[in-house]
Amino acid sequence: MGAMWTVFRKEVLENLRDRRVIVSAFFFGVLLAPVIFGLTTTMVSKRAVANQDKPLNLPIAGATHAPNLVQFLRENGVKTEDVELTSDQAMDAVRSGQQDMVLLIGEDYGKALQVGESAPLSLVVDTSNSNTSPSADRARQLLSAYGHQLAVLRLMVRGINPTVIDPVGVHTLDVATPAGRSLLILGMMTYFCFMSMLVGGFYLAIDTTAGERERGSLEPLLTLPVSRSQLIVGKMLATSAFMSVSLLLTLATFGVVLTFIPLEALGMSANFGPRVILAIFAIMITFVPMGAGLMTVVASFTRSNREAQSWLSVVMIFPIAPIMFAVVTGTKPSAGLMAVPSLSQHLIATSLMRGDSIPALHVLICAGTTLALGALLVAVAIKLYQREAILG
Amino acid sequence: MIEVDGLKKRFGAVQALQDVSFSAGDGKITGLLGHNGAGKSTTLRILSTVIRANEGRALIDGHDCSTDPLAVRRSLGVLPHASGLYAHLSGRENIRYYGELHGLRGAELNRSIDQLIERLALGAVAERRAKGYSQGERLKVGLARALIHRPQTIILDEPTNGLDVNAVRMLRELIRELRESGRCVLFSSHVMQEVAALCDDIVIISHGRVVVRGTPAEILKATGAPDLEEAFVRAADQGEVA
Repeated sequence: MGAMWTVFRKEVLENLRDRRVIVSAFFFGVLLAPVIFGLTTTMVSKRAVANQDKPLNLPIAGATHAPNLVQFLRENGVKTEDVELTSDQAMDAVRSGQQDMVLLIGEDYGKALQVGESAPLSLVVDTSNSNTSPSADRARQLLSAYGHQLAVLRLMVRGINPTVIDPVGVHTLDVATPAGRSLLILGMMTYFCFMSMLVGGFYLAIDTTAGERERGSLEPLLTLPVSRSQLIVGKMLATSAFMSVSLLLTLATFGVVLTFIPLEALGMSANFGPRVILAIFAIMITFVPMGAGLMTVVASFTRSNREAQSWLSVVMIFPIAPIMFAVVTGTKPSAGLMAVPSLSQHLIATSLMRGDSIPALHVLICAGTTLALGALLVAVAIKLYQREAILG
Repeated sequence: MIEVDGLKKRFGAVQALQDVSFSAGDGKITGLLGHNGAGKSTTLRILSTVIRANEGRALIDGHDCSTDPLAVRRSLGVLPHASGLYAHLSGRENIRYYGELHGLRGAELNRSIDQLIERLALGAVAERRAKGYSQGERLKVGLARALIHRPQTIILDEPTNGLDVNAVRMLRELIRELRESGRCVLFSSHVMQEVAALCDDIVIISHGRVVVRGTPAEILKATGAPDLEEAFVRAADQGEVA
């Protein structure tokens, strides 16, 4: 036990003095990830807010042909603007981005309306421009609402119940809770947490195996009256400590960053007080032994620092892939999925942020399987350390 | 005290040791001499319990290297041929780490460290990080690290490689001092003069076999050579024939 503690202390001290380790371990989680996260989220929410509040500007060519329509649009909060453009000019203006969109009202509009034919209107938009498509949607909705209103009037004039043209009445009931809506964004956060955990232990896992062999310090170390399992477990404990600290720092920084992000403006709320942070930390930390074991096992097979680095960067994708999958497909928690390490932590963490209740069984399966797999990998790492090939 | 009897070791298709037997007594300096690749390092690795022999027996101070490695390691100090210091730790911290892994603690450990630092004239060097050490400084810290637990038996693997004259002289002096205090010192080299200048007993190893062993005088007699250099060459050739 004493020797394990000695190894642990020495590895922590040595790596704390290595600027390269500190930068990669803590810079990523503490600064880089939250900043990237904060910037993207702020941009997304600002844009959404801007689009909601912005009055819809609609340049109209030939407004004089349809005074009633223009009146209707104005009543619905559209800022209309008379422009003199031919259809070709309007298309050029939209294509070049001069105008977001242009409504073209032809000379025939009034005549067609009078004789009861379909009156031609053209809305010039650019659907490939994601900035303007929400406004275009609003304009389209208003135009069809106006058309609907006319249709209803015509039917009533002819003595027909206007509901005949509404055979189905569709009501959209939005059940997204405010916190639920921010889920996609917050799902990104668990991804960053796993990254910072793995990056935090990355250099230690390499340094304590391939690195020590490459520097020639492994062989004398093995001549000391300490069992090899004590040595490797001490090393893995140091790796785990770095991973845990990196995770905790990342979560804490997220807690701070989220207070500056206008999530409420988006109709979202993040459930991210100190208690939730601690709960997320507690569930995520169950992944640490597995991460440390996995990285140490892979690094034990490699012959040099460099080789270990390239292998580990590949291996780091494995724990993260299920999360990406879950974020994209919107996977819901289930007891079966709790047996998948990293995915289970992700699902529980997002439930915590969402404020959902979490079945105790889920937590049990998640922690149980992840810790069991972790123990297995640690055992493999110990086994590998006993081989003579460990000397390279 | 080192007793080696019939060691054999195979790495895959390579038979690194065919038959190695010798002994190295307390209060003596024994040189393990051989060309590069003759099996010196493999023998030392087996003795320091880093690897295990396929056959044969190696005892250090009565402890068996393959069945009781922890006891062997307690009475053994090893200076590897790469210094293997931790660059981000100071010399003192490097020495302390080994001391602690040997189970030394507190005042006893501090006293041992201070004594070694004084004996090896490490002084100010010991407080600096090992990163910027010269070859000689690395050797000294490596020696202090190997001797921290006052081992009875000391193994040095090609210790003079790449050292300047002063460092070699310092090393020889220290090795003689260890002999005077009754320790068993085994060191490997591929330089005959090195061994001739220092050793009481010489073991010449070639192609994984001990070809001749004894005091310098006995070796001259056995090989019929006029000097040790010639004896080494003849003995090594003899191994090739065998």
